[in-house]
Amino acid sequence: MKGGPILQIQEITKTFGGIIALNRVSFEVGEGEILGIIGPNGSGKTTTVNCITGFVKPSSGRVLFRGKEITGKPPHKIADMGLTRTFQIMRPYFSLPAYKNLVIPLFSPRARRTGGWRGGGRRGDRNTVGIDILEEIGFERDSYVPFKVTSTLPTGYLKRLELARCLALKPELIICDEVFSGLSMSEIASMVPLIERLQMSGITLIMIEHRLRELFKVADRVLVLNFGEKLVEGSAAEVMADPRVREAYFGSEKVEEVMRHA
Amino acid sequence: MTTGTQQRRKERIDRGIKVRTEGIYALMSWRELAYLILPRFVIIVGLLILPLVIFDMYWQRVISIVCIYALLALSFDFLAHHVGLVSLGGAFFVGVGGYLSAVLNSVFGFPALLSIAGATVIGGIICTLLLLPCLPLRGVYFAIVTLMYPLFMARVIEALDILGGTDGIMGIDSLPSAWMEQYFIIGMLLLFLFGIRRLVNTDLGLVLRAVKDNDQAVRASGMNITTYKAFAVCIASAIGCFAGASLVHIYMWAGISTFALDFSVLPIAATVIGGSGTLVGPVIGCLILVPVSELLRDFGTLRIVFYSLSCWPSLSFAARG
Amino acid sequence: MDILIYGTINSVALALYALGFALVYGISRLPNFAHGALYVLSGFIAWSALNILGINHLLSILLAIAVTAIVGSVIYQFFLIRIRGMEISEIIATYAIALAILEGLRWGGFKGMTYTLPPFIEGSATIGGISVDYQRLLTVGVGAALVAFLWLFTHKTRIGLALRGMAQDERAALMLGIDSDVMAVVAMGLGSSLAALSAMLLLPLGNIVVESGYNVLILSIAVCIVGGLGSWAGAVLAAFIIGFAQILTAVYLGSHYQMVVALLAIILTLIFKPSGIFGQQKELEERV
Repeated sequence: MKGGPILQIQEITKTFGGIIALNRVSFEVGEGEILGIIGPNGSGKTTTVNCITGFVKPSSGRVLFRGKEITGKPPHKIADMGLTRTFQIMRPYFSLPAYKNLVIPLFSPRARRTGGWRGGGRRGDRNTVGIDILEEIGFERDSYVPFKVTSTLPTGYLKRLELARCLALKPELIICDEVFSGLSMSEIASMVPLIERLQMSGITLIMIEHRLRELFKVADRVLVLNFGEKLVEGSAAEVMADPRVREAYFGSEKVEEVMRHA
Repeated sequence: MTTGTQQRRKERIDRGIKVRTEGIYALMSWRELAYLILPRFVIIVGLLILPLVIFDMYWQRVISIVCIYALLALSFDFLAHHVGLVSLGGAFFVGVGGYLSAVLNSVFGFPALLSIAGATVIGGIICTLLLLPCLPLRGVYFAIVTLMYPLFMARVIEALDILGGTDGIMGIDSLPSAWMEQYFIIGMLLLFLFGIRRLVNTDLGLVLRAVKDNDQAVRASGMNITTYKAFAVCIASAIGCFAGASLVHIYMWAGISTFALDFSVLPIAATVIGGSGTLVGPVIGCLILVPVSELLRDFGTLRIVFYSLSCWPSLSFAARG
Repeated sequence: MDILIYGTINSVALALYALGFALVYGISRLPNFAHGALYVLSGFIAWSALNILGINHLLSILLAIAVTAIVGSVIYQFFLIRIRGMEISEIIATYAIALAILEGLRWGGFKGMTYTLPPFIEGSATIGGISVDYQRLLTVGVGAALVAFLWLFTHKTRIGLALRGMAQDERAALMLGIDSDVMAVVAMGLGSSLAALSAMLLLPLGNIVVESGYNVLILSIAVCIVGGLGSWAGAVLAAFIIGFAQILTAVYLGSHYQMVVALLAIILTLIFKPSGIFGQQKELEERV
């Protein structure tokens, strides 16, 4: 770990009716690192994210962000502290130009505090900042991409738009919910340097992923969930060598193949 | 760090777009201009001319009533289609605003215009506070609570015999002159109409629409949804209270019927007929429905049946959407 | 002592009103805002059968219940089936139907205070020093029997279990071969007959007025919100809480405060425990 832990998950348990979605899951995330969370479908990855970000209240356990308890706090307060997340199912304003989608996060108190512009509310300023953010994230200003109507943008750009939504809040931590899914090989190839750039700018990242190969290229550590429990935690190589992980994922041949290319 | 030249280059690229977003239309043909201005012109002039054209006193009053309903329909449309809160009880706002203005006028002695203004502001706050508990909850609860409040209020007033009980509060001043009565209301209607339209097109309006379409994203961006909903409810209820306050000064009386179901149901029917989401549509809908309902007055309460059944077709059509 | 008696009677009345609404919502998630209208409608049907058609008392009552049940089912089958699942449209639609029925009745001449139904049993008994009508006792008895019957029905019979299954998880029930549309029509029919039954019991205690259609509606909703939308046990419990609260206020503060109590109950519930007494927390969040 690079710095002290920025996020601590302690014994989180979540039950829905009779179903135990998460069972005493604990882990820590160091400041500035990239932690990958993987696991087969239904292993509780999304529930973990929801518990951390306040969209779901854990049945028991604690979540600490920079040492402060955030368990059960409402999502907007947690986001206001700098802990942000993307959504797997993106719902931008398809009929508006891309940069207009950033109006909403830029409207928030946090953006006004940290955005570096005098948030007097003048529409023009928000537009400019939005366009700047999009340019940083790869929307080519010269080709007028930020101004394109959102419905015309390919998936890769939409995923970046989701990240831009978080960036508008000058976050300290971003939880990326399957940012690689639905992308073509070339789109993923251009996404990886972006992730690395985000890390270099000081943001801690937690990445929930199914695309293991790409994840292992960027992740410092990996955590495996299965049936709501933490199975194993460690570097990519350690995790893949663990036979329990192969069992959990069934297709052990696939895992071997990934291992060979990692 | 961008250098001076890089900054200027960016600005040059952005300029074309900025101009358009800030609403300055540089090169526009006459036709484009007409397309834009004409409908608004027609509405504004049309409404302003009406009192001059219609001489029958009864129908002059109908115009004022149309405007009152139009205000309610505007407030319903705004809440339902731009914020996502379906208010089934416009009568609640009308009643609160009406009684407040009546009290301010007859008990505290404020002149008519001042008590209308007071009722609008204070009424907006009171209504918002009373609706606050159901704002964090699912939309259904808002619909239920707004539907029930006017029904409850009417019965509470009747049972406790406060605020004039079943007789109502009488002896309320009317507005200074007949002309004023007409133009004041028409003017305020136009003001609110274009005001809300502008609001909806600002960034704040976009946030409100996001509250309707994608509230998870709004929450995840660090904003408290309840606050924004409360803000919208405050505006909508202030408009409704204004309508109620004006009504009370037109009729010079405030009673339990100020909470009448008409005020809840007709605005919804008008919105459905005139075009939901457009903000102007509901006004037009009222222009159609209110005179029709006046003509149907002989049928008494059957009118309400008519309104409610007229909501029907669009509900069925919406189902397929 | 009289508080106990009047409180019980009032609570049972509230429970009778609310159970019809709770049943329909619990099974098919349909907020039936026409509930109050059906209540009044059944009263007028019984009256018409009795006074215009000259049918005997018992038969009129059964007729009213049957007709109301059919009306309810028809309303569902022809109108509401299309907007299944969209709660706000369902509210508007059922409310529009309620208005149509109630105001239609008013326009059709059913105005004023002259319409009454004779009580089932004349006379009264003395309990604990208070004189109580037999009709009121009958109401309590039937109410208790009804709750017991409902419990047995939904826990022991096949149809009842099917209804309960639907209430808990509609998709799972669908997969088990339970046709949710048919069940919804059944639920609506049952709910309507409950409305009619409570009308037959309670209307003889007063007049049949169109206004009570609105009153029954708002009281039913108040009880269901406090008890938790969708929970039958909650509705019964809430009915007793509100019922006794109303009687207590009537005794100590004056009888006009009863409506205020109901209103306050709703507001307090929404502030402190929005899902109601037995409601589930997940009822509250917007499902995006």
